[in-house]
Amino acid sequence: MSLMNPGVGLPSHAVADSAHLEPSLAGVDDFIALMKPRVMSLVVFTAFVGLLVAPGHLHPVLGAGALICIAVGAGAAGALNMWYDADIDALMARTARRPIPAGRVTRGEALGFGLTLAAGSVVVLGLVANWIAAGLLAFTIFFYAVIYTMWLKRRTPQNIVIGGAAGAFPPMIGWAAATGGTGLEAVFLFLIIFLWTPPHFWALALCRAGDYERAGVPMLPVVAGTRETVRQIRLYAIALFPVGIAPWLIGPAGPLYGVTAAGAGAVLLVLAWRVRAGGREAKALFGYSILYLFVLFAVLLIDHALFGSLAAGAQAVG
Amino acid sequence: MGDKRDGDQGDTGGIVLTEEQKRRRRARSIAIALVLGALVLLFYAITIVRLGPNVLTRPL
Repeated sequence: MSLMNPGVGLPSHAVADSAHLEPSLAGVDDFIALMKPRVMSLVVFTAFVGLLVAPGHLHPVLGAGALICIAVGAGAAGALNMWYDADIDALMARTARRPIPAGRVTRGEALGFGLTLAAGSVVVLGLVANWIAAGLLAFTIFFYAVIYTMWLKRRTPQNIVIGGAAGAFPPMIGWAAATGGTGLEAVFLFLIIFLWTPPHFWALALCRAGDYERAGVPMLPVVAGTRETVRQIRLYAIALFPVGIAPWLIGPAGPLYGVTAAGAGAVLLVLAWRVRAGGREAKALFGYSILYLFVLFAVLLIDHALFGSLAAGAQAVG
Repeated sequence: MGDKRDGDQGDTGGIVLTEEQKRRRRARSIAIALVLGALVLLFYAITIVRLGPNVLTRPL
């Protein structure tokens, strides 16, 4: 199978060359779908937490503007991902109904949409907050669209490990928007999402291994098998446990966060140990991993609101 | 002729939009208008916050 042919498996009117011949069938909801709104919601939430727990102060209007830019930037990365991956999306049940493989949006429309949003979000974030945050957002979009989507995804089973960095940057961007830089706390927020990504995605990949194999995507279960995938899921779950509670251990977060992170991490470990193959246990781990990340960041926010621990810790260090 | 008013070229063998395509084009146009309006409000609010009272006293 030719993975490098962007037109494989697509309806003829979805191929870029024919874009100028056919009137667009795209609805507004199709352009929203291109932005991967579910992924975007997690990005916005983690960026929001990074922005609020950072020691700096950003006016609420500027903070809201920064979050909109980060959300749009994430949407741009999603649109560029769908533009490039339209051929393999058409081959997988989970993604076959996306706007491009379904024939409602042409690849040219998705590319133009993604590039416009990417440029607009980066420039406006620079004007709203600062150019460090804008640079981080630009790098995140580049990392997801080029490093992950174009380079790693079809070449190595470590695709989502390295590519996971793109999803881990948003709290750091939020932090940079508020402070004009980064800090140790922001690095730990990055590490939490970075180490969370492999067990999260590989739990899904165990259930969808046939899809990935059919599309020629070398996900770990396809290349190395179920046993090795389960082993690596457990290793990353073990590594995630101390990193999850690190914001408490190193000082900036309070005991409320620490106890919650320890409990949530223990449940993640138990669920990771129960996984044997791509069945109910893998689905349970996948579903719980989303809850885990949400709870960790939500409690970090509550902890900060109640005790102001991150700001106080940072000021003490400074 | 209605088609010509919509910019179509039915009489010259060009593209003729179906009703569904016209409906979706109208929806896209409304969405773009709303986004542009929201951007105007956002830029206005950001300008006021960034400049504060100085927005009225800056030299021309």
